[in-house]
Amino acid sequence: MPRATVTKALQETSFYGAVAFFLVLAAFPFYWMVITSFKSNADLYSVTHIPFWFNDPPTLEHFRYLFEQTLFTTWLLNSLIIGLCVTAITLVTALPGAYSLARMTGRNGEALGIGIFLTYLVPPTLLFLPLSRVIAGLGLQNSMWSLIVVYPTFTIPFCTWLLMGFFKALPVEIEEAAIVDGCSLFGAFVKMAIPLSLPGILTVVIFTFTLTLQEFVYALTFISASDQKPITLGVATDLIRGDIFYWGEIMAGALIASIPVAIAYNLFLDRFISGITGGAVK
Amino acid sequence: MVAIADSVPKPAARFRFILDRRDVLGSILVAPAVLYVLLLVGVPFLMAVYYSLSAYTIYDPSWRFVGLSNFADIVENPVFRQTLYNTFIFTFGSQILGLVLGKFGALVLLRPFPGRKLVRALVILPWAVPIALATVAWEWMFDSLYSVINWTLIALGIVTRSDAPNWLGTPHLAMLSVIVVNAWRFFPFAIVIFLAGITAVPQDVLDAATVDGAGFWRRNYQIIMPMILPIVAVGLVFGIVFTFTDLSIVFLMTMGGPVDATSVLGFSGFQTGINSGDVSHGAAISLFMLPVLLVVVVAMLRFIRRREI
Repeated sequence: MPRATVTKALQETSFYGAVAFFLVLAAFPFYWMVITSFKSNADLYSVTHIPFWFNDPPTLEHFRYLFEQTLFTTWLLNSLIIGLCVTAITLVTALPGAYSLARMTGRNGEALGIGIFLTYLVPPTLLFLPLSRVIAGLGLQNSMWSLIVVYPTFTIPFCTWLLMGFFKALPVEIEEAAIVDGCSLFGAFVKMAIPLSLPGILTVVIFTFTLTLQEFVYALTFISASDQKPITLGVATDLIRGDIFYWGEIMAGALIASIPVAIAYNLFLDRFISGITGGAVK
Repeated sequence: MVAIADSVPKPAARFRFILDRRDVLGSILVAPAVLYVLLLVGVPFLMAVYYSLSAYTIYDPSWRFVGLSNFADIVENPVFRQTLYNTFIFTFGSQILGLVLGKFGALVLLRPFPGRKLVRALVILPWAVPIALATVAWEWMFDSLYSVINWTLIALGIVTRSDAPNWLGTPHLAMLSVIVVNAWRFFPFAIVIFLAGITAVPQDVLDAATVDGAGFWRRNYQIIMPMILPIVAVGLVFGIVFTFTDLSIVFLMTMGGPVDATSVLGFSGFQTGINSGDVSHGAAISLFMLPVLLVVVVAMLRFIRRREI
């Protein structure tokens, strides 16, 4: 009996050890962001201080500098505008597109849907050279509007795919009943399918927004003017003077930009997974 | 339904009549999405192919056709061959590490324990947070002077301050660092994929196997693994595609250095095509991604289809 207890205790210890390992592995860099952003510079740049906690009292000086002396609020605003515009473009195109592919185009729709989704896998690092010519042709170089034009190239495929799944999951009888009652095909889409798939649409809005926040390659390629940068690019590349990194400010900015994305991902994770894996799980 | 639409052939309603044909309305609804993707993915893709066959630079936008000479140029360049090799090491190193961490993480998170929801939320973070921002945090952790990793190693007595590793300044350590950061970014995604697969395995199948005498490992590798392979394959396609073509981690952490030890295709294409303005050679470098992408995507699509039958 005691032997079994010892084995059990060992098992429990190793299990919680594994939990702790994954927790530290995943979360430590973010703990590091938090602690760096609240540390005074004297505490930060010291090789003798224990780095894991505050040796001097925490300070808000990095946040103050970030908001008052840098373009951080401009970048926040830019990201917000980019996110809203891209979301609008994506919804207007992907919503009818996905409905059509799910309901109206039959076997060809299936193939076309897979085709559109595969374009999501065409990487920015293959397209950035020609797209930068296209952007220059449109007169949008060095402007955040270039990102509003380009970001839908990956949000539309991604969201069309997600929405196709949501529309397919709706019982087709509801739309059929509406049509029998005198509704047109288009009316059935607008008045029945859209309201019923609101949870799916919300998921798409959230993920379009987070995808625009996460994007880095196109922003880096198209934009060098500081006041046009979105927040991710601004924080990662613009808080460096010469070869001096403003680590407190960089970490503070990264922290502020990360929090909304982290929350959104956790809330919508399950829908995201069922969306991208499509029919692979039955 | 088509029959109902057909039974009202009033001339005044002719426009509505057309819109009530499923195929017509369907084509109209899907047209904007298809056009957007064709114009801004399809056309640029063809442009990239043409650039790689031309003498185009931003200083000499001549579009002169030069055949395969750009490809010949870059293949002869030893730095490019190093870059190609690095890209494979970077991709497969981080995918294998990420998958192993993902599999074990999924096994851990499968078991109920107090606080599991919170642990899962925190473990998702590396994948959710914009990679450029997380990479900058890692860069700070790998700092040559104030590295918290080195501080810990010194405090534990593993190394001394004078021979503490310079993570991003030594070729092999720099490659290891970018691989670790990419695996770190990818493993929560792998966990989530494994979890989604495992929870989709019907409990009665597992019960039947247990009754037939299958132990934990046997259930794991002879029942669960084969059943979740399709979904893992989808996850792996994403991982490989996004890693093989990645630019941000290398760009922010090492700039391809030291001495091209961490230069990868995406980064090299960016340096040549955008920073140096040599668009044709940059496009040729980027196009080297294409065969791998095609192979991976086609293989996985076929594999998934076969599994479903």
